[in-house]
Amino acid sequence: MSATTQTPTTPASSTASKAARLLGDRRLPVLATAALFLAMYIGGLSRYQNYGFAEPQVFLNLFIDNGYLLVAAVGATFVILSGGIDLSVGSVIGFTTMFTAWLVERQGVPLVIAVVLALGVGSFGGFLMGYVIHNFEIQPFIVTLAGLFLFRGLCLVISKESISIGDASVSSLAQTRVSLGLGELSIGALLALVVLGIAFYVLHYTRFGRRVYAIGGNEQSAMLMGLPQGGTKIAVYTVSGFCSALAGLLFTLYIQSGDPLHATGMELDAIAAVVIGGTLLTGGSGYVIGTLFGVLVLGLIKSLIQFEGTLSSWWTKIATGVLLCAFILIQRAMTARKKT
Amino acid sequence: MAEPQPVLQMTGIVKEFPGVRALSGVDFRLFPGEIHALLGENGAGKSTLIKVLTGVHSLDGGTITLDGESVRFASPLQAQQAGISTVYQEVNLCPNLSVAENIFIGREPTRAGRIQWKRMRREAAELVDRLGLDIDVTAPLSSYPLAVQQLVAIVRSVGTGDSVSGGSGTKVLILDEPTSSLDRGEVLELFSLMRRLKEQGVAILFVSHFLDQIYEVCDRMTVLRNGTLVGEHMVRDLDQVGLVQLMIGKALDQLEELHDHQLHSDVGETLLKAEALGRAGGIAPFDLEVKKGEVIGLAGLLGSGRTELARLLFGADQPDSGTVSIGGKQVSMNAPNDAIGAGVAFCSENRKTEGLVPDLTVRENIILALQAARGWTRPIPASQRDELVAKYIKALDIRPANPEARVGQLSGGNQQKVLLARWLITQPKLLILDEPTRGIDIGAKAEIQKLVVSLSEDGMSVLYIAAELEEVLRLSHTIGVLRDRRLVAQLTNGPEITTSRILETIASGEHQ
Repeated sequence: MSATTQTPTTPASSTASKAARLLGDRRLPVLATAALFLAMYIGGLSRYQNYGFAEPQVFLNLFIDNGYLLVAAVGATFVILSGGIDLSVGSVIGFTTMFTAWLVERQGVPLVIAVVLALGVGSFGGFLMGYVIHNFEIQPFIVTLAGLFLFRGLCLVISKESISIGDASVSSLAQTRVSLGLGELSIGALLALVVLGIAFYVLHYTRFGRRVYAIGGNEQSAMLMGLPQGGTKIAVYTVSGFCSALAGLLFTLYIQSGDPLHATGMELDAIAAVVIGGTLLTGGSGYVIGTLFGVLVLGLIKSLIQFEGTLSSWWTKIATGVLLCAFILIQRAMTARKKT
Repeated sequence: MAEPQPVLQMTGIVKEFPGVRALSGVDFRLFPGEIHALLGENGAGKSTLIKVLTGVHSLDGGTITLDGESVRFASPLQAQQAGISTVYQEVNLCPNLSVAENIFIGREPTRAGRIQWKRMRREAAELVDRLGLDIDVTAPLSSYPLAVQQLVAIVRSVGTGDSVSGGSGTKVLILDEPTSSLDRGEVLELFSLMRRLKEQGVAILFVSHFLDQIYEVCDRMTVLRNGTLVGEHMVRDLDQVGLVQLMIGKALDQLEELHDHQLHSDVGETLLKAEALGRAGGIAPFDLEVKKGEVIGLAGLLGSGRTELARLLFGADQPDSGTVSIGGKQVSMNAPNDAIGAGVAFCSENRKTEGLVPDLTVRENIILALQAARGWTRPIPASQRDELVAKYIKALDIRPANPEARVGQLSGGNQQKVLLARWLITQPKLLILDEPTRGIDIGAKAEIQKLVVSLSEDGMSVLYIAAELEEVLRLSHTIGVLRDRRLVAQLTNGPEITTSRILETIASGEHQ
């Protein structure tokens, strides 16, 4: 034997090229979701043509009816991209509806101040959860589960019964429609789209956004590359808390009441929308645009079932479950090939 | 040659962890434009020294001067800003981001808070070009093989240094085992990049287990052992045998020792045969034949692939290539369960973390493997269980001889015996012992060695891994020598085989 060392040849090159092909198409899952949405929409057009499905307003209603979910899902996208999870979303939304209704109806607080307070409480809740997750190195699952119970409990502390909002400014705000020519959008839907746009900019054109991706890709590496991963993590949960509170406000506007049981389990809808939108649950890969399509797909399922008329609304859940399962399997196939 | 001023000087470095003195008074210096190897066995303190230098760990004593100024870094970021960049063994980049982003993340060019993607890609491409590499910076990092990712990590380090102090910022580049998972061609590419950086005046600290690579690329080396400085030498002044002696800490003649024990010659037919078995990044493909009643000792430096070889035979790691047959029948070793089913038992070197359950009793720990082999639906009758446990406690002289004692409270030697008892109770055909005598007292050591001899006399085959060559030599019929994650030689034990002979084989990698 000669003195030269022959290290074993790694199969990295062959698997890497395989991974390259797949990851070169990182937009693939988003495109798949968009295609699915389109297919479902076209299917709906052909089946319910005579029932007014072709009206542009039916499409726009998807945004009106799911604006709050879109905002919540955008927050969840940040968290999931960073490799975490936020289970407190639904509770924060529920709490926000209760809190706002209570402030406006029972305490006579001006709407603007109630909004600011609600957003503040939601963001602070997210900040606290992020702080605990980072500083005590506890799994996000458990910390945000605690947040879920905490906020749901706080709802009941405010009142055990629902509070309907009779405030004139709220109802006029809720009724306001902005015409787009073909149809019209509510204030809530427009706000949701603005949030989506800001989220896209932040994730792709700011250092903070890239840090979210970096941490989701490999947290250990991010730290060793000198990125402030702790601050980023806390910020991510703060963003999610803020988005949940904003979603809560939109939800309040949508149904004009506060109820301790509002939005129970909505965190799961938000997570489902993010995952169906092609964001990897393991973090680091995905687009907030995908989340939009995820929300639209979920909303369209609801609409289609309504148009069908004879189906129980529980079919929404069943369809969501099937889709989620399919998308998780696709993700699994992608990550399995990524690993050597 | 007049010695220039060192760019980095570490003096009297002390680092303590709870219960361990990881570094005691280590001196280290690094000159500009040199490649300096930091050597030592696993646990000698190389990584700790690097981590202390780069601010991952705090310093408990000693001084660090960089360019004549006393420094002390609180974080890797501070060290980077001062011009000390580190590339770790594992590629610490984000595979989900593009190459350009990996090079720039944390210091992306921005205007009014908005990342300038075009400028970032252009500058990344320029940097890659300047270092003579051919990489598409817009592709995601994960689309490149590990070797290129490693190079990107170096580009990032160099780039980070540049942006801080403008032009030639990186003074010290630390490469912590960058080659461990690269193939030959990739290593050469890495080396040429290292030489280019060296010409640009960068001081490179290179850590590698591969001695040949040290001799190929390094100018100077510092050897550590057990957290102390053993010596600093020019590479050309010290040959490999001398180096291995320094690392192990024994001169060859000290190791000459006649083995008094007579090996039994009752070795039967082939029990296990591995052909071209290997795993990338673990151990190169090897052939190995284990006969019934034979003791095979594995010798090699820590990190040379001894444990990796054993883990392959036990199915704890999945092989990339090769086959294993036991008793003439080919078996697939994809999980430890397969191996246990085929009669292979494995006592791990980390008995605390990988073997014993410290909160369970001696009895429960001993019975664990047998119960697993029977399947959980068929419990062992209590009377039979107690009888078996009592038998092995007696046979192995486990103290205290109380089956209800918690294993965590036993001494290291007795824990090892419990682990042994667990596997012996399943009556394996091949017993793999990975450093069974590490960290236990001399008496227990001798007992375990005696046990190995008597087991092999009863027809059990044993694969024995030990750090101490004398131990391997005393017990083994055949000695497999490992080096650089490769089984380089299999020596049949006999009067002409001595510890120095084994050491020479380890050092040269040649079967003389």
